Amino acid sequence: MKDFGFAIEKPRALDTDKTNRELYTRLLKREPSFARCFQCGMCSATCSARNFTDYNIRRIHTLFRQGQTQELDQMLKACMLCGKCTLVCPRGVNLRHLIIQMRKLLNND
Amino acid sequence: MNRYWNEYQKAIADDHYFYERSCIRQTFFPGSETAFLRILKEELGKDIYDDFRQHTCTGIGYHADIVPIETTMTVVARLFSLMTEHGYTNYVPSCVTSFGVFTEVIHTWQEHPELLEKTREYLYKATKREFEIPTNLVHPSDIIYKFREELAKKMKYRLVNRFTGKPLRVVEHIGCHYAKIFPDKGIGKAEFPYVLAGMIESWGGEVVDYPERRHCCGFGFRQYLIQENRGYSISNTKKKLESMEPYEPDFIVTNCPGCTLFLDRWQYTIAEMEHKTYDKDGYGIPVLTYEEMAGLLLGYDPWELGLQIHQVQAEHLLDKIGIEYNPNDKFKGVSGKIFRKPEKPTILQV
Repeated sequence: MKDFGFAIEKPRALDTDKTNRELYTRLLKREPSFARCFQCGMCSATCSARNFTDYNIRRIHTLFRQGQTQELDQMLKACMLCGKCTLVCPRGVNLRHLIIQMRKLLNND
Repeated sequence: MNRYWNEYQKAIADDHYFYERSCIRQTFFPGSETAFLRILKEELGKDIYDDFRQHTCTGIGYHADIVPIETTMTVVARLFSLMTEHGYTNYVPSCVTSFGVFTEVIHTWQEHPELLEKTREYLYKATKREFEIPTNLVHPSDIIYKFREELAKKMKYRLVNRFTGKPLRVVEHIGCHYAKIFPDKGIGKAEFPYVLAGMIESWGGEVVDYPERRHCCGFGFRQYLIQENRGYSISNTKKKLESMEPYEPDFIVTNCPGCTLFLDRWQYTIAEMEHKTYDKDGYGIPVLTYEEMAGLLLGYDPWELGLQIHQVQAEHLLDKIGIEYNPNDKFKGVSGKIFRKPEKPTILQV
């Protein structure tokens, strides 16, 4: 391969035909209430960790649905499992359990 | 339907044009401008003036932020003064970047008459010249589009695959500065650019409608002028090529020097960097200017049109259309001397 002094970047657009949704499907089996999420963002708005870090549950949900799980394990470590998100969720999603299951799935558990 | 489509048309003068050449086209596609002048003079019998004193419009320097707008306006004014001196009022810049610059400058003068007076003053102080603003500013592709049916009657070949009898599948790409800066200055405006699609349909081909059809070719001036930034440029081009690949186009036609250059040359670079070509046989997708496309169909010699200067070679396309050519003349100069053949790329077939 010749070195031209620059690189070809991959497009950041998602190809939904090639998205790997296997982990998302497994997560839905472990926490079916996740299917009710309509991405209102109340969880992120109330999150204590969100106030002080880049941690964003709504973003994590989106990335997980899209199969972009490469950096999620590191992101999820900011969660203190306080459960405030579960209390405010208008759709009754068990977010605390959901995050625990996400961590397990990302660590092949 | 026609009533609405009329709103997407533009006024194109019938005759008496003042031609301005492009800085980079004469280097990269040396036969295109000559072919355009030949088509207008010999095929259509039009009056077009090509002044040897013309110069840059400053477009590349302007878009690279190294030429201030006042300088650009004065340089544009000098070009207009050449047109005025010869008694023409219809200005035809060969390059889409120039077309964008002239449109922008004229619009600025209309909105700010004080800048027009300043420019007149700068030009007079510097050169003792005076100028009038063109009454009709069009791109050469507009003129070819206007007379496409007339040209179709004179054409020796059609955009039809002679082996299958089916229309050739053609990707058309419009330069961004043709209709995206001032949408009403392009045929079909920015939403339905029809200038090249109209030529393809009139000459027997089939236009390929693919997802990234209106995406930038990748030139973008700043993206390319600094070597470290060229990843932006090639990534854009790759996105387009990947998007059109499944539709198996026979060739690409553009009306902008930057688009022709980058869609053509980056195919070599992508092949060298990623061992990827965008046709079945590894030859790449030929990229033609609209003058080259028209010239080929009119029966002009492909080597006089300068097809050998392109990175992706067009012999396969010529064979498909049934155009006669002499392979031995490919690198023969005007004097009859055979020039040295260029080195072959490692991946891309030629």
